[in-house]
Amino acid sequence: MAEKLKVDLVTPYKKILSEEVDEITATGALGEFGVLPGHAPFLTSLKIGELTYKKGGQLFHLAVNWGYFEVEDDKVTVLVETAERADEIDLERAKAALGRAEEALKRLSPEDKSYKTQEAALERALIRMQVAGKTTRK
Amino acid sequence: MASLKSIKKRIVSVKNTRQITKAMKMVSAAKLRRAQENVVAARPYAKKLGEVLGRLAKSQDGSSSPLLQKRISQKALLVVVTSDRGLCGGFNANICKAAERFIREKKAEFAEISVTTVGRKGFEFLKNRQKINKNYGNVLSNLSYPTAALLAQEVVEGYVAEEYDEVYLLFNAFRSVMSQDITLQQLLPIVPEETAEEEYVPEYIYEPSKGELLDELLPKHIEVQVFKALLESVASEHGARMTAMDSASKNATEMIGKLTLQYNRARQAAITTELMEIISGAESIKG
Repeated sequence: MAEKLKVDLVTPYKKILSEEVDEITATGALGEFGVLPGHAPFLTSLKIGELTYKKGGQLFHLAVNWGYFEVEDDKVTVLVETAERADEIDLERAKAALGRAEEALKRLSPEDKSYKTQEAALERALIRMQVAGKTTRK
Repeated sequence: MASLKSIKKRIVSVKNTRQITKAMKMVSAAKLRRAQENVVAARPYAKKLGEVLGRLAKSQDGSSSPLLQKRISQKALLVVVTSDRGLCGGFNANICKAAERFIREKKAEFAEISVTTVGRKGFEFLKNRQKINKNYGNVLSNLSYPTAALLAQEVVEGYVAEEYDEVYLLFNAFRSVMSQDITLQQLLPIVPEETAEEEYVPEYIYEPSKGELLDELLPKHIEVQVFKALLESVASEHGARMTAMDSASKNATEMIGKLTLQYNRARQAAITTELMEIISGAESIKG
């Protein structure tokens, strides 16, 4: 078995990541999961959440939006709508977005069409803030 | 013969026009580069998603998702992608003509064809000829994934509600700076990409179930297709405008040359006449 995972992380805007990593963790539809080299073929959808990978003893954090995660033969393909590295996140913007979403949610009832979008915005802002707090750890 | 003053005026005005077309060409070139980068950047995502979809759809026989099922086609929706601004050669005219041709040819096949336009130009052209059920204006200058997704979601909603049975996308595909291909793509129902039959498909662990994954993936696929088409259209638009402005600048330069020649001739003629008058005046005094 190979000892590394080949990870490709792509968004509609660009290829974020194409690297060999030791370990990868993400939030799937049924909860958080980790993948090590030698994993069985696996396909899942991702929720708004945090994606962490370990490379050479270093941990890297990313905030990702809705997407897909596929493992096949130690090749990992991650398709997400947006992905941001911890150091790319604009904390001020995330905070502002959080405030806006909270305001909007107060006014809306769960039946409204935009309720779900606002809820997702809230979740995204929370994840961003959570990830931004974790800088790359040695 | 035109007077010297009027020729001079024309030269100045053509020069001004050339300055504008040159500037527009430069702007388009810069925008084209960015648009081209976006097209290239979006490709891996669309390709990967198509692969995953193909694999899933193949292993999932007789999917229940309405987006995959063929219905008896009666109503069609045509999404026409044009630009918001003109001055880009035959870019919009070609698309509009293709749209008209499509409607003419398919009239026998479908009981009803509705049209949705993206971009002001297509809307203005087609509104007098066809019932337009929706126009998306001002989305192209600052194109982002969420706007494309919104369009796709509305299309999918209409499809699921059986407002139309087939959806086509008509846009300019980006081939090169000089050429755009008018492309008609069937958006719905989805026809999954054929993968090679012998290809070994490993047993996947699916989380959640295969069907649920597929149901989630299909609308995303539509979004990505729409996004890609819009990106290509934007890149094509800038390419077309650049070529159009380039030839306009060339024509202006040519015209300035001709006018300058005419101006010099007229000036020469005026000098000659004046000289003749002076000489003949002097002669008559002498005599």
